[in-house]
Amino acid sequence: MKTKKFNWNYVLIAPALIISVCIILVPGIMTVIYSFTDWNGLSPEINFIGFRNFIELFHDKIFYKAITNNIIWTILFLTIPVCIGMLAAMLLLSRRRTRSIYQVAFLIPYVLAPSVNAMLWLNVIFSPVSGVISVLRNLGMDIGSPLANVKTAIYGCAAVDIWHYWSYLTVIYLAALRQTPTDQVEAARVEGCNGWQLFRYIYLPNIMSTVSLMFVMITIGSFLAFDYIKLMTGGGPAHATEVLGTYAYTFAFSSMKVGKAAACGLFISFFGLIASFIYARISRREERR
Amino acid sequence: MAAASKKKKIGVNLIIHIVLLILAVICLAPIALVFINSFKENAEIVANPLSIPVVLHLENYISAWETGNFSVGFINSIKLTGCTVIIILITASLAGYVLSGKRIKGSGAVLMYFMMAMTVPIQLFLFPLYYVYANLNLIGNIPATSVILAALYMPLSVFLMRTYFLNVPRELEESARIDGAGTRQVIWHIMRPVVSPGLITVAILVGLQSWNEYLISSTFLQGAKNFTATLGFLAMNGSYGSDMGIMMAAAFTLIGPIIVFFLCTQRYFVDGMVSGAVKG
Repeated sequence: MKTKKFNWNYVLIAPALIISVCIILVPGIMTVIYSFTDWNGLSPEINFIGFRNFIELFHDKIFYKAITNNIIWTILFLTIPVCIGMLAAMLLLSRRRTRSIYQVAFLIPYVLAPSVNAMLWLNVIFSPVSGVISVLRNLGMDIGSPLANVKTAIYGCAAVDIWHYWSYLTVIYLAALRQTPTDQVEAARVEGCNGWQLFRYIYLPNIMSTVSLMFVMITIGSFLAFDYIKLMTGGGPAHATEVLGTYAYTFAFSSMKVGKAAACGLFISFFGLIASFIYARISRREERR
Repeated sequence: MAAASKKKKIGVNLIIHIVLLILAVICLAPIALVFINSFKENAEIVANPLSIPVVLHLENYISAWETGNFSVGFINSIKLTGCTVIIILITASLAGYVLSGKRIKGSGAVLMYFMMAMTVPIQLFLFPLYYVYANLNLIGNIPATSVILAALYMPLSVFLMRTYFLNVPRELEESARIDGAGTRQVIWHIMRPVVSPGLITVAILVGLQSWNEYLISSTFLQGAKNFTATLGFLAMNGSYGSDMGIMMAAAFTLIGPIIVFFLCTQRYFVDGMVSGAVKG
């Protein structure tokens, strides 16, 4: 009789799964539970209060401000870095020899730490004392730091994050563009297509799956936006740059309302969940091709 | 006719290079400004941040190293990054191997789980995790924090390793099995040498990300003696923000090593970025 051999593969996959489950899944479920309580993080007393955290959030003006800022952030990121990234990728496609030099130069902001990038912009560009803004002021222009102004602060933060991020898209788009079959490009050239037509009718359809994948990733990322805002304005001035990520963080660690922070975190995850379903569907379709 | 079209071509090339150069300047100019200002005194910077330094104040770097507490910070950064990379390399490559074929029941479900975990926001698990760590007295513990970072980068690393394992020809493993090799021997002697470029790529990507990480490390590594280099630098901005020359020197102390590291590893780095997002 054949005895069933022990399958070692279950042991091999266990460490990765255990780490992920302990750090992400279990605390994630705890967040769902906490979102229905009034726990403050310290007291042993935990009361279930039903949907009150969510109801309070939906009556909170700052919460809507945060959602609006997340939407502004998403729109900015779906347009500016996508366009610059695509333009740079198309231009690099024709530069065979200098391509990698440009690519490395573009990527340097991307590989630096967000904390360093944020401080760099705060002190060297935006500071009215020691930055480029101060030079412009000395020249007689009446401008202050965009981060100090309630209207422009969110755009100031986004500008720095975009400066850091766009080259990532260039690298991804360039790699996808290079997989376009050369015979299609040749045929189009023979037909007399100009640069725009070549892009619109040959390259873009070929890289469409990558472009839409990046759209989903950018949308997810925009709802998770945290680092640059926390580092540059901390959500201020007067909550003008508050996003869901920073708002939840403030609840948890400044005002000690862990239940409310959990509710807010759950709300962010909801957007992420929708986007990740779309992401999973796109990449499934990709794999089948 | 031919000459005209050649002229036009040179013109087009010129425009392309100008656009690319402008983009490169936008990327690099702020960093260059940091470099220039790191040699100047505070008064010089306030007078004109764009001027070229007259005297090189190298002592800025010494003060920066001391006030930023970088001798502790860099050691802590190396510890945090090293622990994360080691955990990831062992666990993610084993998981990647198992998931690179129908080796276990439910591998589809595991893949689906990792795909969901990849898009989960940190805020979904951060708050309970923080209080669990606080109760276990793990706040400020660098290896314990590196486990969180490992969990964060696990899905991407597993997927990357899986693609590298999928590209290994089936016959290689089959013939080793016929010769009587066990799973351990297959992984260590057959697979490891073939997928080592994948291991390097994952190590570089994860290493750089954990070196740069902000949200987790600032939340979990409290107390100045546990600060990483970036956290020490941020603490400086609060307390020592007045002397810009020293701030800029500190910033460049952090920027310099990363740029050198990136220039040395950029091929692997770009490969890793691309294979996560572009199929084929």
